[in-house]
Amino acid sequence: MAAGTPLLKDELDIVIPTIRNLDFLEMWRPFFQPYHLIIVQDGDPSKIIKVPEGFDYELYNRNDINKILGPKASCISFKDSACRCFGYMVSKKKYIFTIDDDCFVAKDPSGKDINALEQHIKNLLSPSTPYFFNTLYDPYAEGADFVRGYPFSLREGVPTAVSHGLWLNIPDYDAPTQLVKPSERNTRYVNAVLTIPKGTLFPMCGMNLAFDRELIGPAMYFGLMGDGQPIGRYDDMWAGWCTKVICDHLGLGIKTGLPYIWHSKASNPFVNLKKEYKGIFWQEEIIPFFQSATLPKDCTTVQKCYIELSKQVKEKLTNVDPYFTKLADAMVTWIEAWDELNPAKDSAKLPNGSAK
Amino acid sequence: MRTPPSLVSLAIDSALAQLSNISDLSFLPDHILIDLFLSQWSILKFEYLSGENSAGEAPCGIFKLPVEGFLKRTLRAGKLTEKILKLFIATGKEEVLSHIEALNIQLVLTPVLPTSKKNLSMSQIIDDNDVDIVIGALHSDLTPFLDEWRPVFSRFHLIIVKDPDLKDELKIPGGFNLHVYTKSDIDKAVGSASSASLFSGYSCRYFGYLISQKKYVVSIDDDCVPARDNNGGLIDAVAQHISNLTTPATPFFFNTLYDPFCKGADFVRGYPFSLRNGVTCALSCGLWLNLADYDAPTQALKPGQRNSRYVDAVLTVPARTMLPVSGINIGFNREVVGPALLPALRLAKEGKFRWETVEDIWSGMCVKVVCDHLGVGVKSGLPYVWRKERGDAIESLKKEWEGVKLMEDVVPFFQSVRLSQAAVTPEDCVIEMAAAVKERLGPVHPVFARAAEAMVEWVKLWKVVRTRLSP
Repeated sequence: MAAGTPLLKDELDIVIPTIRNLDFLEMWRPFFQPYHLIIVQDGDPSKIIKVPEGFDYELYNRNDINKILGPKASCISFKDSACRCFGYMVSKKKYIFTIDDDCFVAKDPSGKDINALEQHIKNLLSPSTPYFFNTLYDPYAEGADFVRGYPFSLREGVPTAVSHGLWLNIPDYDAPTQLVKPSERNTRYVNAVLTIPKGTLFPMCGMNLAFDRELIGPAMYFGLMGDGQPIGRYDDMWAGWCTKVICDHLGLGIKTGLPYIWHSKASNPFVNLKKEYKGIFWQEEIIPFFQSATLPKDCTTVQKCYIELSKQVKEKLTNVDPYFTKLADAMVTWIEAWDELNPAKDSAKLPNGSAK
Repeated sequence: MRTPPSLVSLAIDSALAQLSNISDLSFLPDHILIDLFLSQWSILKFEYLSGENSAGEAPCGIFKLPVEGFLKRTLRAGKLTEKILKLFIATGKEEVLSHIEALNIQLVLTPVLPTSKKNLSMSQIIDDNDVDIVIGALHSDLTPFLDEWRPVFSRFHLIIVKDPDLKDELKIPGGFNLHVYTKSDIDKAVGSASSASLFSGYSCRYFGYLISQKKYVVSIDDDCVPARDNNGGLIDAVAQHISNLTTPATPFFFNTLYDPFCKGADFVRGYPFSLRNGVTCALSCGLWLNLADYDAPTQALKPGQRNSRYVDAVLTVPARTMLPVSGINIGFNREVVGPALLPALRLAKEGKFRWETVEDIWSGMCVKVVCDHLGVGVKSGLPYVWRKERGDAIESLKKEWEGVKLMEDVVPFFQSVRLSQAAVTPEDCVIEMAAAVKERLGPVHPVFARAAEAMVEWVKLWKVVRTRLSP
């Protein structure tokens, strides 16, 4: 029988971006109360966001972000949940779990409440297997293992940097799909966690996400979105593509699958379309860029990888739109801000040897 | 006190259980025949009313006769199948025929399959004639296997290839449309030298792939039976494989909601639109409940471990990602990748348990490289089959562990092999791969040199046999 999953309550921060209220925390109380919360308040800083009693938290609004980062605050988005990455930067913990304020506790097929945080911790604490696909999915899950033909030399796996969870009820569709299928609900509970293979990109959703801040934190920049920007709803996508390229380069793993949360609110597809519109076209160029991006061997830390990526973004994507020059500069600003707030001993070091 | 059963009723009970093995009922006295018939009928009625008919056969009309008396009999397996109904009709007995007429029993021509609509909604409706089910017979008595799969297999053509090393006669139940190939057939088709080196043991099924003339092939090990899904429904593994093969694969970008073409799912936000058409799926790799396909060391270490996790997903294995393809439960598009499924890597002490083979792992990686090169897809996940307990992992481990060690060389090779632009057919691809195997792996171990030769021989055979078979 598997031992109980450690709580990690002193090693994990929960980062929540919000613009309205935090009522949803009541439902999560049994699972979240032991942990420290970092609330990043987007929008009007004069609005008071009420945090339910009994939670230990720090809250940052726009004024706080400007005060702490000074001119570097320009890299943090405004009027977009992308601002959450400020929370990653100020955290002092090893692990981050981030969740949207319209996500609730889901139930598994047996009717039991799913402790999403516990599953994320399980995912992060067990290795990933990006070099060879295991047809029985996560070999470290209880009741599973590596299948016949899986080389023994690959069975130790690599450290897991990211755990990407999924959503029941309102699926994370883009605006065109939402418009075509407004009433589609995700009711399929897929009882699996799997490692995304090396060299394969994926669309990373920030609604239900956990990562090892020490291993990959600086790569989790959620970009320039929202107010004053030509694009929205691509923050987590951008972070996911950068993160995957860097993880592949550094020999780290990314898992997807369990846990599920219950996504309750369908955002307005017309509003979404306006935000995503450019992104839908740009992603046709962005994806091939990331698919072919390579990082030199001397990029041995996440920061170095990220700075190198920002150079390539400026070089190769600016002809798609001048926005990418701004974004590339913001990526550099982000790393500078990260290093300032997380001096040398906290910065993400290479976990186990040379870059691949 | 309960009346003890009469000799007649005991005989009828016994006959009920054996009905499928009886070929002629006309010798029975009329009253016993009627009794037997109505008992058979009451069993069907009970199954129909309680929804227990797992074969999914169409119910046979409205019941008017008072058959309650017969419902007290112990329910056994007997179903009013076409064969048994014909038996009764063949007796020519007036009363039996009038009962049949009164009950408005229609001959069930083909069983209605419990195929879930969702599997077919996105896929093209295919002709049953486009499918061959190829079974490698490593056991001589295929009756339990085929009887369990009957509801799923009976509408298709079956190719049964007997392991040339198997000495006993094959026992195959009736009611199927099938061809059986034994050692002599294989020898005649390809010459006895080839047959010995290429088609022994689990590899006998490749002969079936070679001579099949259908577009789709589904292959399941003869120690597997249909599994049940989380709702208790019987899984139609063939329908699921066909659905996988007739809906697109998406190897160039990972969809976090798995198969975007299945009902209730779609591409997620961030998935490039230009990639949403997908590509042809050439290979469908299914999974196994109960005895999973572990290697011998793993199963020996965890002898009691059984796979009970039903993962309700099909996903495309991304391009350039290698995987261990288990031959236990697969489907493929023979027209697109047929020649790439090949018998080549034969272990020195290869045996008759999957723990003692790696031929399918090798074949699967060849197919994946070919698929990646040709721009077609490979899916993994559903369907599940139920794999029965067989053999002893520790015994297999003592006998054969070479295969486990060889994977250390095999996997890096397939991960790095690259084919030239000139290779545009699966045959071209296999030839190029064989040359690479000979050059890079041949020096490592003689088994690889032989594999390279086998691959070349296989392509030659494929060409010869295809030419002979084509109209």
